[in-house]
Formats: sequence, C-alpha cells, structure tokens
Amino acid sequence: MFDFLYNSFLALTWQQVVMWVIGGVLIYLAIKKEMEPTLLLPLGFGTILVNIPFADAVTETGPLATLFNAGIANELFPLILFIGIGAMIDFGPVLSNPKLMLFGAAAQFGIFFTMCLASMFFPINDAAAIGIIGAADGPTAIAVAIKLGSKYLGAIMVAAYSYMALVPIIQPPVIKLLTTKKERLIRMPYRPGNVSKATRILFPIVITLVTGLFAPSAVSLVGFLMFGNLIRECGVLNSLSETAQKVLANLVTIFLGLTIAFQMEATKFLVPETLLILGLGLFAFVFDTAGGVLFAKLLNLFLKEKINPMIGAAGISAFPMSGRVVHKIGLEEDPQNFLLMQSIGVNVSGQIASVIAGGLILTFFM
Amino acid sequence: MQFNAMAFVDNLKYMGAGMLGIFIVMGVIIAAIYGLSALFNKPTKKKKDTEK
Repeated sequence: MFDFLYNSFLALTWQQVVMWVIGGVLIYLAIKKEMEPTLLLPLGFGTILVNIPFADAVTETGPLATLFNAGIANELFPLILFIGIGAMIDFGPVLSNPKLMLFGAAAQFGIFFTMCLASMFFPINDAAAIGIIGAADGPTAIAVAIKLGSKYLGAIMVAAYSYMALVPIIQPPVIKLLTTKKERLIRMPYRPGNVSKATRILFPIVITLVTGLFAPSAVSLVGFLMFGNLIRECGVLNSLSETAQKVLANLVTIFLGLTIAFQMEATKFLVPETLLILGLGLFAFVFDTAGGVLFAKLLNLFLKEKINPMIGAAGISAFPMSGRVVHKIGLEEDPQNFLLMQSIGVNVSGQIASVIAGGLILTFFM
Repeated sequence: MQFNAMAFVDNLKYMGAGMLGIFIVMGVIIAAIYGLSALFNKPTKKKKDTEK
C-alpha cells in the first residue's frame, strides 16, 4: 500500500546519482568559483531535476520538455540572448582600427581543426558541432549543434561554457609557449580614431548584409547580434538597450541553462563520448588561441611597426575575458604596456568571426 | 563511436574552405568599415595656431 513512497528509490540508478554529483559540481563552480554563474547554476540544478526517477519535469508535456521545444529546438533562446550580447558590445575599437578584424578571423582556426579531428570519431554533423565549441561563444555553439541535429547538445554546452569560464587558465600558458619575452614586450600605442554616430549606426546593418550575402545560414545569428548592437548605438532606445543587456540576457540565460539540462539525463550524458567531447573542446580553445598568436607572428615578418602577437589570442570570442587576459599578461611583462583597447578590439572581432564560422559550417553541412 | 583516421584528411578541405571564407568575409567587412569611415567620419580638426 505504501509502495508509492519508495518506488522512486527502487528505480534510482547509480548513473542518476552520478548526475546529481555532476549537477552539484556545476552549482559549486557557479557559486564558489563564480564560473559563468548565470548559466552553470540553472544547468546544475536542472541536471539534478531531470535525473530524479519518474520526474514530471521531463515527461513529454512537462515544463522542461515544453521549454525545450519552445526555446531550444527552434533556436529561439540563443538568438534572443544574442540581442543582449549585441547590446553589450562596443565596436568602437574595431571601427577605429578595422585591421584588427583579421585576428578575429585567424583565431577561428581551432574550430575547423578540431572539427577535422572530431570527424575521426564522430559523424561529420556531430564533429562540426563539437568543433564550434572553440568559438568560445555559447549561443553560437547551441544554435549550430541544434541545426545540425547533434545528439551531444548537453556535453557540447557544458564544454563550451566551462571552457569560456576557464579562459584565464587555458590561454596564458598557450600564449607564453608561443611567444618570446621580447615579443610580449612589444608596445602598441592606441590611436583612437574619430568614429561618427552614423558609422556606428550603419555598422550593424552593413555587417548583417555582408554576412547574410556570403553565409545566409548565419543571418539569424548575425542579425540578432547586430540588432542588439543597433539598439545600443541608435541613441533613442537607451532603456531598451539597458534591458536587453541586463534583464533580457539574464532571463534568457536562466531558461537556457535550465532547459539545456533536459539533455543532461544520465542515459544521454554518461557515455564515453562525453569525455572525448570535453577533450576535443579543450583542443579547440587551445588551437584557436594558437591560430591568433601565430597569425600575428606571421604578419610581424612583413610589418615595419610590429604587433604584439599576444593580441591575436583575444580573437576567440570569449568577450571580454579573453581581451582582459591578454592585457593582464602584457602588464605582467611590462607594467607600462597597455594592450586593453587593441585586445578588446580583436575580441569583438572574434565575436563576429565566430558567428561567421558557425554560419559557414551550417552552409557546408546542412 | 567509430575510429576513421582518413576522415581527418577527407575533411581538411572544409578547414581550408572555412578559413578562406572567414578571411574573405572579414576582408569585405574591413573594406566596408573603411568605406563608412570615409563617408561619415569627419577628419580630426587641427588646432589653430592663434599666435602669429
């Protein structure tokens, strides 16, 4: 008669308990280490939630399944999040020095290299979705994985957001390994250009048109990002811009984290492939960093006024963390060497380049 | 999960096309920014020398 009280206990598997621990670790990292807390906390809690036997949250009509179908399966949540991200970004440093965009392009090398590596173990659609972890751009990683129908969405998202939070740990050793002390000491005086309001307003529109014409599959990603930036720059929607940057972005991130947890069921997550995906994701970050640094070193062979190759590492789009990491290493080497504006310029270029990379991958494999 | 070493070589063409594609698109964007700057950015005014 009282079996309803212990049915769930009897149905509990050790894999589900492991997932509770993983959920707990994600919550710990979010609170104690402040690693992407807006995302890892709901993701961690959701992971515990979906691994309770007979939980009504994961049934076909349950709230998580409903949220997943309403916001993830059709990419709506990542795209809305892009409006907030676009509103946060000041493209001024790039508009002052457009050549910085080349480093953003070079730092996407890790995505494609990792995709090739992953294709040795996974079908190409999954391999491409794994490679895009290197974009260091959660919404792009989610959108690409969904569009390519990857069954490893949960692992891809955990890898993408965890490594984004670990940029200050992952990037410095790679940068130091690939540069000499002399190179790290190169100073780059910042010459802010005069950027008119018209240029700032037209920039997001032009980017959407150019990217859309070259990579139509990236239009929704770029379009929403640039729409957010247009709200910021137009000057007549300041309260909307503030809302997009804070309230909207935070709200969508909460739902995104909680809903992605729908993919964190023990049967889907506790597979050998997850470990491999985490390893390949790390590879992608390392090779992205290396691609940017080595490209800057290549340019230095031809340039009279040398570039500090460290700024190439900021081309991964973990914004603004990567730019700050480069600036900090520069200051460690020489307290008078201020690289912040250049590295942030490269960093925002990386944001655009990673979206283009996502669009190109979709063009190749959809 | 299967292991197919040749898949790496087979997919290198996508790496080449992808990197080339990104540089082309970024190049066009750079050109567009220079165009916008030329059209809309006012040249910085030089300070007038008031002392004659």
